[in-house]
Amino acid sequence: MSYTSQLRELIKRVEKTREERLGHDFPRMTPEQKQDVLNNHHPDYIKDQFRKAKIGPNKGDRFPHELCDVIEGYPAVKWDEIDTSKIDYDVDVLVVGGGGAGASASLLAHEAGADVLLTTKLRFGDSNTVMAQGGIQAADKSNDSPATHYLDVIGGGHYSNVPELVRALVTDAPSVIDWLEDLGVMFDKEDDGSMKTRHGGGTSKKRMHSARDYTGAEIMRVLRDEVLCRDINVVEFSPVVELLMDKEGKAAGAVIYNFETEEYQVVKAKTVIITTGGLGRLHTQKFPTSNHYGATADGLVLAYRAGAKLAFMDTVQYHPTGASYPEQIEGFLITEKVRGLGATPINVDGEQFVYHLETRDVEASAIIRECAKGKGITTPSGMQGVWLDSPMIDKLHGEGTIEKELPAMVRQFARFGVDIKKDPILVYPTLHYQNGGILINDKCESSVENLYVAGEASGGTHGRNRLMGNSLLDILVLGRRAGKNAAAKAQSIDNKSAELNLEHAEKFVEELKKEGIKRTKTSPILIPDYTDGELS
Amino acid sequence: MLNQKGYEKKQKSNEFVDIYIMGKRYNVPSSLTIMKAFEYAGYTLLRGCGCRAGFCGACSTVYRIAGNHELKVGLACQTKVENDMYLTQIPFYPAHKVNYEIDKLQGDGDQVVELYPEITKCLGCNACSNVCPQDIKVMKYVSHAIRGEISKAADESFDCLLCGLCASKCPANIVQYKVGLLCRRLHGKYLAPKASHIKERINEIEEDKFDKQLDELTNASKDELANKYNNRDIEK
Ligand SMILES: Cc1cc2nc3c(=O)[nH]c(=O)nc-3n(C[C@H](O)[C@H](O)[C@H](O)COP(=O)(O)OP(=O)(O)OC[C@H]3O[C@@H](n4cnc5c(N)ncnc54)[C@H](O)[C@@H]3O)c2cc1C
Ligand code: FES
Repeated sequence: MSYTSQLRELIKRVEKTREERLGHDFPRMTPEQKQDVLNNHHPDYIKDQFRKAKIGPNKGDRFPHELCDVIEGYPAVKWDEIDTSKIDYDVDVLVVGGGGAGASASLLAHEAGADVLLTTKLRFGDSNTVMAQGGIQAADKSNDSPATHYLDVIGGGHYSNVPELVRALVTDAPSVIDWLEDLGVMFDKEDDGSMKTRHGGGTSKKRMHSARDYTGAEIMRVLRDEVLCRDINVVEFSPVVELLMDKEGKAAGAVIYNFETEEYQVVKAKTVIITTGGLGRLHTQKFPTSNHYGATADGLVLAYRAGAKLAFMDTVQYHPTGASYPEQIEGFLITEKVRGLGATPINVDGEQFVYHLETRDVEASAIIRECAKGKGITTPSGMQGVWLDSPMIDKLHGEGTIEKELPAMVRQFARFGVDIKKDPILVYPTLHYQNGGILINDKCESSVENLYVAGEASGGTHGRNRLMGNSLLDILVLGRRAGKNAAAKAQSIDNKSAELNLEHAEKFVEELKKEGIKRTKTSPILIPDYTDGELS
Repeated sequence: MLNQKGYEKKQKSNEFVDIYIMGKRYNVPSSLTIMKAFEYAGYTLLRGCGCRAGFCGACSTVYRIAGNHELKVGLACQTKVENDMYLTQIPFYPAHKVNYEIDKLQGDGDQVVELYPEITKCLGCNACSNVCPQDIKVMKYVSHAIRGEISKAADESFDCLLCGLCASKCPANIVQYKVGLLCRRLHGKYLAPKASHIKERINEIEEDKFDKQLDELTNASKDELANKYNNRDIEK
């Protein structure tokens, strides 16, 4: 829907101040002002939006309510319908999830000679990986080094990252790029073959590699094709709903649920790799999200019940500019490049209220504060937003810049009748990334034996804040490591007489009851419910 | 209709239109995409829904407007509902896939025709391009592939989401999106010039050239790290 007449009236106020704003940068915040806006408005700092986990390995730790809700949910599996002695699949390595981490884990496990089953909730490849636009980091140019990359990662993560994981990330990075190139990923290159690289937020060297603005899609479609070309068994629309353990409490398989026939199947595996991605679709604090449909934290729930420890779950990344209008694209990511080119945030009165290139957390908090003051704009569908004055870009850099630099964005808005070259767009922070996850070591082992984790489902690599381009990197670094290590471990395991069981889940239920938690919710939730139209 | 509380709250000022899902009529706000209209009508989508943002190609959908014979297609997450829209979902479109070992292929002109010989049967009807939600010149890249111009086909097909709508319309049974994918992989692996700096860096890492620096950083205190971080050199 193009802008309503009320919004058109409000746009006039933005236009009125545009000329006088040109050439006058809004002042940057002082460190004290930054801390103040974070303390008072960043979602991570709002105490009553968190509570202490009542049970499990992180009992007493502070989690968002929405995460507690799924962690304190009752298992969705109906016990009496499952016979764990009737094995439907018997494999060496079970990979749970079909995004970039799952695909790369499968490829490496397969290469190591393992019999692999990849099972995924939606279609293979439908994931956050496919949506990543910006790029992937790797320190492979002569002026750069893994150590420099290390420093950027750990500074960005507020020095809280797990050092061995950061080290794994930066030292494997060049070989990951090499591997992708060899599989046929089309990176942006100079004529002599060297990689075109750019800065991303928080990088000290230009090390962002890209494939136009479809970097994640390009990586995912090549990895998926490669998996399908090999003898790797892929089962789609079959989420894992519970892990299975052996008598010694080690991971030994999983229960998968066939969405279509509504039947459970039992997978026996020597090792299990969780690559189920993040929690965007839990909509923490009712935020819209940039994430794909299946990002409902399932892996966290499953691993937690099996006894795996989580890390950094009290911090979530909100991207300052998600679309808040038109309704059809609420939460959709407006790439940081738009602000990079000079588009500035403007309130309902046509005034700028924050410098446009503060860090993601500060910028997001300032937008939230402005709306809380009543200086935001209410969209026709009831959402809040502020203007992002996109026409400034052509004013600053010349007519045609927007068309040339932001073609995907122009196309996206034009589909719904908004011309971002002429009119500002409405934005509000959107839930973008799960900073934390299941705690692992640099072999991708969780605290549960034979249970490996990779990608956004894992925690520790990015500490309390991830930099752009390091997630596409970590899913491949860790995915490859998980695949290789899980396959090697599988070789030493004899599970012929292993008795698979769900005792860990039964115990978990006992604990829930003991804590007085009622059976009002089940988890993993698998598919978010949008039939009530509150969020989407 | 189910669960409209939330929407009623949000949609007060909106117009409504009639749509038909699998033949049943639903009255929905005209601002919705096809995907959200399904949900508004009470459907929980399993198939045909992925990124919800025009990136994954999972949501191809077929529809027609009452009174008009033409079958239209689009991405459900990117297409708005219209009055009297008759909708269905195409949850799975069976398509031919060739398995190959990329390492054993070559980047030469005949390769693609050998693996997908049906491309030479292209009738030149351009139905594939007309149907593409990404506005890709599909027929053009198929022509490049027929002529063995792999790099051109790779470039032209780059924005492909693999939604499969091209193949659904092809009278010659060509699976265009898979042809494009093969061309891109061949280009990326065999035809694009190699990035030599990557191999150099990998060698340096294997020779442990950075181990000392990394050891220092791994063992550094938070203050030492902060000091180094705040004083690091930033490339212009
Ligand atoms: C819009 C957007 C833009 C981004 N841009 C960038 C960028 O430019 N650079 C960057 O580095 N990062 C970026 N990111 C972050 C990055 O893309 C993701 O963090 C990363 O791709 C996650 O990969 P993954 O394999 O861990 O998870 P995903 O790719 O999300 O895959 C998870 C898979 O697990 C499946 N699954 C979930 N639950 C179950 C279950 N119960 N059973 C079985 N399967 C299940 C899902 O269906 C999915 O296939 C972006 C993210 C988004 C959303
Ligand atoms: S759901 Fe991904 S393109 Fe529509």
